[in-house]
Amino acid sequence: MAELVLDRGVSQLRFRDPGRAHGLAGALQQLCKQIGRDVAVMHVCGSHEQSIAKFGLRTLLPKALNVIMGPGCPVCVTDVPEVDEAVALALDGKIIATYGDMVRVPGTSRSLGDAQAEGARIEILYSAAEAVELARDTTEEVVFFASGFETTAVATAAVVLGDPPANFSVLSAHKYIPPVMEIVAEMPGNRVEGFLAAGHAAAITGSAIFERFVEHHRVPVVVAGFEPLDILAGLVKLLELIRDGTMAVENMFPRCVTPEGNRNAQAQLWRVFRAVGGNWRGIAHIPNGNLRLRDEFAHLDARRRFAIDVQRLWDHAPAALTQSCVCGDIMAGIASPDRCPLFGKECTPDTPVGACMVSNEGTCKIWHQYGGHPDL
Amino acid sequence: MCLGVPGRVVEVRGAVALVDFWGVRRETRLDVVDEPVAPGDYILNHVGFAIRKIPAAEIQETLALYDLLLQEAEGDMMAADVRGEIAAARLGKAGRDG
Repeated sequence: MAELVLDRGVSQLRFRDPGRAHGLAGALQQLCKQIGRDVAVMHVCGSHEQSIAKFGLRTLLPKALNVIMGPGCPVCVTDVPEVDEAVALALDGKIIATYGDMVRVPGTSRSLGDAQAEGARIEILYSAAEAVELARDTTEEVVFFASGFETTAVATAAVVLGDPPANFSVLSAHKYIPPVMEIVAEMPGNRVEGFLAAGHAAAITGSAIFERFVEHHRVPVVVAGFEPLDILAGLVKLLELIRDGTMAVENMFPRCVTPEGNRNAQAQLWRVFRAVGGNWRGIAHIPNGNLRLRDEFAHLDARRRFAIDVQRLWDHAPAALTQSCVCGDIMAGIASPDRCPLFGKECTPDTPVGACMVSNEGTCKIWHQYGGHPDL
Repeated sequence: MCLGVPGRVVEVRGAVALVDFWGVRRETRLDVVDEPVAPGDYILNHVGFAIRKIPAAEIQETLALYDLLLQEAEGDMMAADVRGEIAAARLGKAGRDG
């Protein structure tokens, strides 16, 4: 029976090396048998989930192995008050420049898209450098509403250090991944026995950053790449560590990640930002989870440059549907999208209720496009 | 958004590199790259910035994954991510003016 499922899975994939995929899938079956109980592991990266869902990797996994997506979508964990700040600035006539996914993330009463419909100027960009170019081409205030994990925050740091024009400022919603792994690992009811860390974020931070985490929480961490084979190989290594009770960090993506990471990028990141505590939407207060501009760059910090009045956005109660949204539980790895009563019904990519359905890195949107748990 | 996209450096002009992404030439900033790069090197571009020089031995394997992704149709989100990353590299001054 297992063989049948395996064959069907592989035939759906366009692996460059189906033989190796078979081998890795077989190794996972074997490891689960040796472990002898159900095992849950978590990854924290939208691109990992895209690859897992797109290539149907869950069809290859043993039934006893549950691979959960944790808070790996920076857009999804952008908190309501952060969106409110951007909306308030937009309604005050500032040009808001931001990455495309941020436009539809719900705030208390409005998204940036709603503000745009009311006449606010929202510019979608692909690169932090474009926000600076935009500011150079105008005399108006340009606020770069900056989202993303450390991989993206280094680009914001670079433009802050690049002597931007006086009408440029940053509203940082940048998040830092290592602290949220601590919180998720400590959540009551959490059964996660190992983490798969995202390759490109770790390319910046280095794999060694997870060593302290492993020591504290007694769960292994494996750094893995994004190709289907990279992910399967990462899972094999993770299950080996779980089977042997070895609490360690293993780097299965050495073609991209070194123990020490990108020191140049780290230096710029920490010169510009400091880590402060703050809420991640739907999850919890995450100590050191938010990246905010240091005092030295206060003149470029939209929060300190402008009086941001968000209270006027609070006179509308959130729509009733949002009360049933389980995005928070999904990002904490406690629920999966198919357990949400709104998924695929009231909540779709065209009419998203929660942030997880907005972003291409959101679990709900990924499952909606590619399917989540294949029906075997 | 975290996938980035690899490209071949064609020319280096100070803190900016002209980079070829599958035949599309665009500018990528070099501020946060981990090592100095020269024409012929491959870099990983993320939101318009090179975040990594790809070691020579790993170029082929890296490009193969992206070849696979870029065969996908418009609507595919991983392909859209990669195309967005190419768009994030800026058109050079000449490109913008022309």
